[in-house]
Amino acid sequence: MVFVLCLVPFAHLALDWLAELGVLPVWRSSLGAEQIHATQLRTGLWTLRLLAVTLAITPARQLLGLPALGKYRRMLGLFVFFYVVLHVATWTWADANFDAAFMLKEVTKHRYILVGVLGFLLLVPLAITSTKGWIRRLGGARWNRLHRLIYPAAIAGTVHYLWGVKKDTFFPYIYLVVFLALLGYRAARSVRDRTRGTSTGTPRSAGESNLTRRVDRH
Amino acid sequence: MRIVNRAPNFPRNRHPMIIRPSVDVPSSEITAEAQYLARRAFLARAGGFGAAFAGAALLGGAGCGTREEKTAAAGGAAGRTAQPQADTPNSYEDITSYNNFYEFGTDKSDPKANAGQLRTIPWTVEIDGLVRKPATYAFDDLVKPHAAEERIYRHRCVEGWSMVIPWQGIALRDVIKRLDPLPGARYVQFTTLQDPAQMPGQRRNILNWPYTDALRMDEAMHPLTLLATGLYGKSLPNQNGAPLRLVIPWKYGFKGVKAIVKISFVDRQPATTWNAAAPDEYGFYANVNPEVDHPRWTQSRERRIGEFRRRETLMFNGYAEQVAGLYQGMDLRRNF
Repeated sequence: MVFVLCLVPFAHLALDWLAELGVLPVWRSSLGAEQIHATQLRTGLWTLRLLAVTLAITPARQLLGLPALGKYRRMLGLFVFFYVVLHVATWTWADANFDAAFMLKEVTKHRYILVGVLGFLLLVPLAITSTKGWIRRLGGARWNRLHRLIYPAAIAGTVHYLWGVKKDTFFPYIYLVVFLALLGYRAARSVRDRTRGTSTGTPRSAGESNLTRRVDRH
Repeated sequence: MRIVNRAPNFPRNRHPMIIRPSVDVPSSEITAEAQYLARRAFLARAGGFGAAFAGAALLGGAGCGTREEKTAAAGGAAGRTAQPQADTPNSYEDITSYNNFYEFGTDKSDPKANAGQLRTIPWTVEIDGLVRKPATYAFDDLVKPHAAEERIYRHRCVEGWSMVIPWQGIALRDVIKRLDPLPGARYVQFTTLQDPAQMPGQRRNILNWPYTDALRMDEAMHPLTLLATGLYGKSLPNQNGAPLRLVIPWKYGFKGVKAIVKISFVDRQPATTWNAAAPDEYGFYANVNPEVDHPRWTQSRERRIGEFRRRETLMFNGYAEQVAGLYQGMDLRRNF
């Protein structure tokens, strides 16, 4: 169910592009006149939205007492990566025409592109090490530490959005507030845990495996 | 490159710049439908079939165009080799649905959605400042004395996208001559309507309303500078700046003030809206220049709406031959 929901934006994009290409004349594309930019905007926003949902799982588990939500986190994280890959691919292909020199120049010249590329690069090791095999190989603690990269990646992505916008920064700031709230929650929780002297304040259900328990601090 | 000229001895012009009275082009000859076909040509380009295929597709589009275009397309093969990428007018649909007009909202689709409530009849334009005939003119009194012309211009947005737009309008220089500015008038300032009741975007302080921009007198007097009143043979849609907007084809689009209610002749360079909002991003001149990047956008390339890959941006948007002289001796990096 969650898997299908995560695919909806992609299906929408695919239908729109099929219509744009004249393959699917019954569908009315909503990409507008600048289809490439619309594609970039959409894939970028879905990256951030799903990133926010991924980061909202831990607070939701703890505050709502729904530990079962934890099982969706990896899938959501991989969908974040899926949409960011589409986002970056559109840039590499349609904007830069696979011209590495041009892309490098863009990265060094424009801070919003630099911070966007940084955010993307931070997500790459997380996607690679998302398998059970990698969790075992790295060990829970190290894996956890590595996967804290999702926080700087989320901030980088939002700043990328903010700096990329010309004037109307209303929505970028909304995203920034959401991410700061999600990070603030964790910071407050960790401070509270430390002052109480407990290693984790997370209530867990008995049915949870060791594996999930070791990687649930996100 | 399509070559469009009427007189056989007219100097070969590498630029899509048609200047002619509008009356000899029945609007039926410039059909929006034809442009949908042209838009679909981007499939060929996106598919990477190369310039040859794209060129053929564009020629096909020209076949549905005006008489002049047909002639030019037939005889312009030699000219095309010099400039591989042709210019085909964008569709009416694209031109009227993808707009930057913050008075109606900051999304590109907002102006079309929200501009319907703007009343453009009656419309008056206030003329003031250093001019011998200051007055508030009814739209018809300002515009009707001048011959309407059709001009197909490239339109380059500072955000890195571009279109080709068949405008109708009157040469600003003719209007200025008739208004008869005083010798001290060195700049011409244009102001957009301010009325949040009709322009919902003005209910937010995104920019410092009303929107204003200005030209140096010689820029305003340049024969390319147009006061547009229509496009594709129809009166200007509200989202494109009805009933009267400025078109300066060698400058970034934001210089083209829309829904003009006031034209002032002044002796000092006036503040302009975008320059005041972000002085390091938007200069007074805002000439299209592939060598001077905006902090956010690389200006060496642009996406022509309807095309997949970006194309090279031309100096002064391809009008260097006509306008470079205006800026001789100026440091265009500083005066961006």
